[in-house]
Amino acid sequence: MKNERRVISVIVMNESSVLARVTALFAGRGYNIESLTVAPIPDSDMSHITIATNGSTKVMEQITKQLHKLIPVYKVIEHEEMVEKEMVLVKFPVEESLSDIQVLCMAYNGGIANVGSNMVIGMVADEPCRVQHFLEAAQRYNPIEIVRGGVVAIER
Amino acid sequence: MQMSGAQMVCEAIIAEGVKTVFGYPGGAIMHVYDEIYKQEGFEHILNRHEQASVHAADGYARATGEVGVAMVTSGPGFTNAVTGLATAYMDSIPMVVISGQVPLALIGTDGFQEIDAVGISRPCTKHNFLVRTLEELPRVLKEAFYIARSGRPGPVLVDVPKDITVDIGEFIYPDSVDIPSYKPTYKGNKRQIDKAVEAIKSAKKPLLYIGGGVVLSNASDLVRELAEKTQIPAVETLMARGVLGAKNPLLLGMLGMHGNYSSNMAMSETDLVISLGARFDDRVTGKLSEFAKYADIIHVDIDAANIGKLVDVDYPIVGDITEVVEAMLPQLDGIDTDRYEPWRNILKRYDELHPQSYVDSDDVIKPQWAIERLGELVGEDAIITSDVGQHQMWAAQHYPFDRPRQWINSGGLGTMGFGFPAALGAKRAFPDKTVINITGDGSILMNMQELVTAAEYKIPVINVILNNHFLGMVRQWQTFFYEKRYSETDLSFQPNFKALAEACGGIGYDVTTKAEFDAALEDAIKQDKVCFMNVQTNRFEDVLPMVPSGGALFNMMLPQKEEK
Repeated sequence: MKNERRVISVIVMNESSVLARVTALFAGRGYNIESLTVAPIPDSDMSHITIATNGSTKVMEQITKQLHKLIPVYKVIEHEEMVEKEMVLVKFPVEESLSDIQVLCMAYNGGIANVGSNMVIGMVADEPCRVQHFLEAAQRYNPIEIVRGGVVAIER
Repeated sequence: MQMSGAQMVCEAIIAEGVKTVFGYPGGAIMHVYDEIYKQEGFEHILNRHEQASVHAADGYARATGEVGVAMVTSGPGFTNAVTGLATAYMDSIPMVVISGQVPLALIGTDGFQEIDAVGISRPCTKHNFLVRTLEELPRVLKEAFYIARSGRPGPVLVDVPKDITVDIGEFIYPDSVDIPSYKPTYKGNKRQIDKAVEAIKSAKKPLLYIGGGVVLSNASDLVRELAEKTQIPAVETLMARGVLGAKNPLLLGMLGMHGNYSSNMAMSETDLVISLGARFDDRVTGKLSEFAKYADIIHVDIDAANIGKLVDVDYPIVGDITEVVEAMLPQLDGIDTDRYEPWRNILKRYDELHPQSYVDSDDVIKPQWAIERLGELVGEDAIITSDVGQHQMWAAQHYPFDRPRQWINSGGLGTMGFGFPAALGAKRAFPDKTVINITGDGSILMNMQELVTAAEYKIPVINVILNNHFLGMVRQWQTFFYEKRYSETDLSFQPNFKALAEACGGIGYDVTTKAEFDAALEDAIKQDKVCFMNVQTNRFEDVLPMVPSGGALFNMMLPQKEEK
């Protein structure tokens, strides 16, 4: 069966060890996590976990059902029509062209986040595949460090 | 009312109607034990190992259908309990285990007898709690019992730091539970049920595939009614023995790796599998691509994750067996039962061709004979527990189970050492019933310290040790698949089982002949003491039929036929 990349949102009760329950489930049952983000939902006692994963249709169905079985899991959304964004921070040497880096970052919904005495930090937030393109383009400016944030998604 | 956390634990146990708690004290749980000393609402049985406490609570739960309760201390007390939790988890047994934990301030410091209990038990409990404040303790206890018994049942661990058991606070035990993220589905989808009923009516070779969920749902009477009304033949899993009753003419037997010929052939040839509370375990299905190859599948299960996990399902119904079968029954009024007669006749011929059989002997006790003889002598009155191995399979094949909860064994996890402590739990729940643990010379030693518990509390369970001086099931695989290299399975060096039982305050019987078997059992039933019946059997008996691991169900190794 074909492996497909999917993004799942898991709405959980915001209580201790809930993230451990979710990740242990993936580890214990041999499911893959490509990226994972988590943050509290404003004005509620719940948190939103976004997981990018991949697997066959059957595996995806099991992931959803097994997540549902966890007591503090309130809702599992398998995204079909979604807006998906990922943030990435990249540190460049200060010797590289500041304007080139700025234009590049702007092309991918970002800009210069910080300039110090010996480095420049660029930031972009875009769809994961565009983030990948950005990182490829950024290679020519000799990036020192790259930190990807993991995807967040919202149903359209 | 103001009270300590330790008192709250006791009050919650009493409020839940629990009559017996099995456990073992230790440093972190001592305050609770101090309150146990003072109260009279429940009895406490001191097992001689925490694993046995949890199995005993498990046996109590399986025999009664109520939540079993065990109590252990932190660190090694808890880790000893893990096998018990995993055993209950795999068989969906409602249980609450309360463990002590080091004081809150010490958590994370590698304190004495500190271990991350919720971390370790996460994959082998339905849910677990580390109590963080005294205020939440009553709610957590209430939720633990509720989660354990609702939906698909399972064990729940409540880890209570020592300082919380000391602190004093207001105790109000909640009347009800509201967990927004936990709402089990009981009622099956009506449209799916309607479709499933139509499928039953139009099938030619339907088959009821009955699993342990029927026992858990207390739906055995309804499932008997369903079989009776439709005259559809049925197979049971290991966990469902007793649901239809051995005398039921529609019951073909147990299916799977050690299923009988007609059951496995029925599953291979059926055109409609009606799965009730079964989960298509690999020991049942054999090679998946050959399993029920010609059939549509109706799958009724309270756990949605079981549906479609291993086989593709045509009629998925998420719900409680009781509610779903109740909804199906009226729709099956006037069903044409003759329609399935040719199918029933085929299966009858299969059963005549290869009945469940073995070759008996006059010189030595065959293990199958011992189990059949138990069935003749104590039959439907007794509760039978078992350990894990050949004796377990022979018991499942040959004992005439007649009602649900009569047969108690570790099916999912396959835990050796389960049977004896589970028998203690069952006997405590039903003191007037004869409780027999069918065990082997390997398994019994894994919790033999319970002789002392049984003797102290006068819990007279009968351990029938089918002694072949081997780890028999592993030996059988070595015979078939490892060219008879009996690596570490020869148990010729043994304790004196009779003397061992007597040393611990029980009774021992050495049994080598059929006459001695009858006499020993008759005497054991009359005694008010725990006993070991050390039954010498032939060494090289195999459990047959057998589907080699990963093979198709219809490819069975069959027993030799008796020469007439």
